[in-house]
Amino acid sequence: MGGMAAPQVAPVETPDTDEVPASDRQWVTIVWDDPVNLMTYVTWVFQKLFGYSRERAEQLMLDVHHKGRAVVSTGARERMEHDASQLHAYGLWATVDRS
Amino acid sequence: MSMFHRQAGHYVAVFAVDEVRVLRKVASEVVGLLTDGFDHTDPVVGRLFPAVYPQDAPGTAEFRRYTEGDLKTAKIDQAGAILAALPDDAGGEVRLDAEAAEAWLRALNDARLAMGVRLEIKDGTDLGEELDDAVAEDPGSSRVFQLSVYAYLGYLQESLLNALID
Repeated sequence: MGGMAAPQVAPVETPDTDEVPASDRQWVTIVWDDPVNLMTYVTWVFQKLFGYSRERAEQLMLDVHHKGRAVVSTGARERMEHDASQLHAYGLWATVDRS
Repeated sequence: MSMFHRQAGHYVAVFAVDEVRVLRKVASEVVGLLTDGFDHTDPVVGRLFPAVYPQDAPGTAEFRRYTEGDLKTAKIDQAGAILAALPDDAGGEVRLDAEAAEAWLRALNDARLAMGVRLEIKDGTDLGEELDDAVAEDPGSSRVFQLSVYAYLGYLQESLLNALID
């Protein structure tokens, strides 16, 4: 991803997802690193789409950037496909997989 | 080069005529790619419409059957938002409301993704170096022009994003 100033790292309590029955929590949406998307843009998309805090969105963006991928949401398969399709509309490289 | 700034709830930039022409060309190319030129074997289309299940072709095809039409329409509309806001073949002011600003961000990103594939931008690609190399080879080449446009679109996208989250 493109350059960005060093992010402020602040510990935040982040409930993972809404309460979802265990049987439904078997799919994940994954965002993959790509060389074009700007880091600031990726952070903004995570905040916009998932309502994540700035800190959490930045941490996810950094995970994508440094580890090559990050799980950005967890839940039922249909829900993950919806998330992936939204991410595609923003130009992020998203896939769905079993958790 | 122009930068967006926020002004009374709008996002405003003043473009030179060359910038207007480049933006019109780039947005029209995205629309062309998504309409007449739509081809799944084109790596640009592959990047704009990624396989949602990389190891499961039937699953991906099924997903596309339900989502691709809407996604294509959304991408054409957001490129259209750029075309709609540009002055006619002259320099001038572009004034975007929040909705149009978001459409521009997404459309600029699509255009950069498309160009990034064509230019073979990789992680760690140094745009300045690429441009220097291309200029050394042939200053009048299409690659020099494309790299300049790619850099310009990134700059413009970042300026709009900064105005939006400011």
